[in-house]
Amino acid sequence: MLDDFMTRAVLAGIGVALAAAPLGCFVVWRRMAYFGEATAHAAILGVAISLMLQISVFAGALMVALLMAWIVTLLSGKNYAMDTLLGVLAHSSLAFGLVFVSFLSGIRIDLMAYLFGDILAVSQNDLAIIWIGVILVLLLMYWRWSPLLISTLNEEMAYANGLKPKRDKMILTLSLAITVAVAIKVVGVLLIVAMLIIPAATARIFARTPEAMAIIAAIIGSLSAFCGLEAAYVFDTPAGPTIVCTAAVSFIIFNLMGYIYKKINSI
Amino acid sequence: MNLISIENLCVNYGAKTVLHGVDLKVDAGEIITIVGPNGSGKTSLLRAIIGATPLKEGKVTLKTGLKIGYVPQRLNFDSSLPMTVERFMNLSNNISKKECFNALEKAGAPDIFRNQISQLSGGQFQRVLLARAIMNKPDILLLDEATQGLDQPGSALFYKQIEEVRRDTNCAVLMISHDLHVVMSASDRVICLNGHVCCSGTPANVASDPEYKAMFGAETEGTLALYQHHHDHDHDYDHDYDHDHTDKKVKHSA
Repeated sequence: MLDDFMTRAVLAGIGVALAAAPLGCFVVWRRMAYFGEATAHAAILGVAISLMLQISVFAGALMVALLMAWIVTLLSGKNYAMDTLLGVLAHSSLAFGLVFVSFLSGIRIDLMAYLFGDILAVSQNDLAIIWIGVILVLLLMYWRWSPLLISTLNEEMAYANGLKPKRDKMILTLSLAITVAVAIKVVGVLLIVAMLIIPAATARIFARTPEAMAIIAAIIGSLSAFCGLEAAYVFDTPAGPTIVCTAAVSFIIFNLMGYIYKKINSI
Repeated sequence: MNLISIENLCVNYGAKTVLHGVDLKVDAGEIITIVGPNGSGKTSLLRAIIGATPLKEGKVTLKTGLKIGYVPQRLNFDSSLPMTVERFMNLSNNISKKECFNALEKAGAPDIFRNQISQLSGGQFQRVLLARAIMNKPDILLLDEATQGLDQPGSALFYKQIEEVRRDTNCAVLMISHDLHVVMSASDRVICLNGHVCCSGTPANVASDPEYKAMFGAETEGTLALYQHHHDHDHDYDHDYDHDHTDKKVKHSA
């Protein structure tokens, strides 16, 4: 079954969608979209370094993503507003990554594959790594779900409950870095944040509780991955961007439906 | 043993000293109110107690196993976060629907169970926060300007509930408040804070203390401050801490 590249692609896409769902909810609730962007863009630098050192791309991307998260945390609250700081870090790390890659003569690199993903080229080995990462992220999210919710609402309330908001935030950052690392192959560094945010934002329309939002986001993300891949196959379009397009279309359709439903109810 | 014992607490915020040489002990069942101008370190003191801020000097000792109920000023509620009242009450405490309903009923808001938190009125919201804080039967309640955003009757009702909680459970209460008149009628002890403890004691004692008068204006004398104070006097925040307030000119007492 895993011999088929299409099956592997679907499994990889669904895996990333599952990990991205609960994490994406926190990215939306805590307004971390730009932070996710910085982490993801830094990963291209990690890709370049791992190609140079000939180590696993996952490992390199994970380490540089974590490093970026650490630098952001270190610099936050100093001289610049957070979005300025992240704007500098996100785009410069992307630029440095791209320049760095160009130095790697001798190795033929398909840059597009890292920028926009190459889900149809996911090997069995990649698939195993992706799912290990996905399960790890899901376990971390399940373990720290309520504490993270409380500290999202109010940090002092979390402290008073005997929680450790700082540590939980680090776990959230770690989960984000893992997701970025395993999603590179699927949607690429430029579109990872879309996979985090779009399903979660769509799920908000239907959800009454945080848990429902995460579960609905997982369903929407998985369906987007599946339908996007099918569409890419039918229309012969790039798979990663097509998955994101599918998610975006569902976002628009469900929002319109929600809007019309409200209008009808209010008449 | 004291519930909370603070000795020579010193807290810095960057290079700025926000708290300095603060001593405070809280016993079971006491209602203590912290008053002081903006930037006087009231919230920092609460944060130091719950371990949310590093101490530069001094010691904060909590009784072993101390259960804290915390009522924040507000939540970072983003409308992107769906949350029913029921789910909010259940965060971190594992309670049944029945317990949750009872807690809300006790707080005077039984029928909002299924509502979204983001759609509650200010009064309902504060009641939910209080209900959640007392659900675990805490030994002490910490309130950080919990009545901000409530009107006069609303905050009067809120403080009445707090007194009831104290009466029913012998829970201590440590609160920051700007409602000076409530402070005076409801507290056992008032701490007047401005980087350090300016004065403390029973409401009557504090009200007649020259430092308190300097801080909140001389017209508070006898009337127990039936107004929200303004900080337009000469009490500059960069003063050295051995000052004597009585020497300072107080603009609005003139």
